[in-house]
Amino acid sequence: MNETYEYIEMKLPAKPEFIGIMRLTLSGIASRMGFSYDSIEDLKIATSEACTNAVQHAYKGKNEGEVVIGFGLYEDRLEVMVVDNGQSCNFEEVRQGLGPYERDQSVEFLREGGLGLYLIETLMDEVKIHQNEGVTVFMTKFLEGEQVESDAETISN
Amino acid sequence: MNISIDVQDINSEVRVYVKGEIDAYTAPRLREKLYPLSDKDKVVMVVDLSEVSYMDSTGLGVFVGLFKNVRAHNGDFKIIGLSERLHRLFEITGLADIIHIKSHAEGGTQ
Repeated sequence: MNETYEYIEMKLPAKPEFIGIMRLTLSGIASRMGFSYDSIEDLKIATSEACTNAVQHAYKGKNEGEVVIGFGLYEDRLEVMVVDNGQSCNFEEVRQGLGPYERDQSVEFLREGGLGLYLIETLMDEVKIHQNEGVTVFMTKFLEGEQVESDAETISN
Repeated sequence: MNISIDVQDINSEVRVYVKGEIDAYTAPRLREKLYPLSDKDKVVMVVDLSEVSYMDSTGLGVFVGLFKNVRAHNGDFKIIGLSERLHRLFEITGLADIIHIKSHAEGGTQ
């Protein structure tokens, strides 16, 4: 199924002072889509946590690097991708290439992420984490009530 | 995207007023400023977060660290003035059961 979506991408220096800039953009996108105040706050925290991890990851290497944040705007949901290796990333490839989030693969990331990853999983509807040369966090938040509707559709089909 | 931290020493109680956003950028500044203050025997520290508009795990990390340090000095650590959002953050992480917190509704800003 090929759903249409609009795509917005930001590339920020992997420094903590820029995470607030991401939040301003995210607020704008999410409120335009009709997310509630609480959902926008959830999105802000989850995406900031992913960026914080990316920034801390980048600081360990010699290159300070960049963090890429991709927003996929759908009718019923917002998909957010955070990539920490600074390399340009194909949103479509990433979202299709990601398997289900497997805990075993992410042990190291879990240890590093700690409370942050727990918050991402609690505040978002779906989370996938891909660990390769860098870490890609792919997460989804549905507009209120939409998730139930799409489930109902699947059942009736 | 900034933070201001005001500290008042009233009757051997350290009152801290935080204003702004607590994230990966501002949390280290909060830690640097408050940690030395928590390093006293039987310290009583009250942190007012009623003017905090955003906080994530980086802020929680700072408060857990402060809480532990204050406790290690047989002191008392309290967070007051939590908005509904901030209260929820403490609830879902389980920290509400560990750290003494008060929300707006409970008169926490008093």
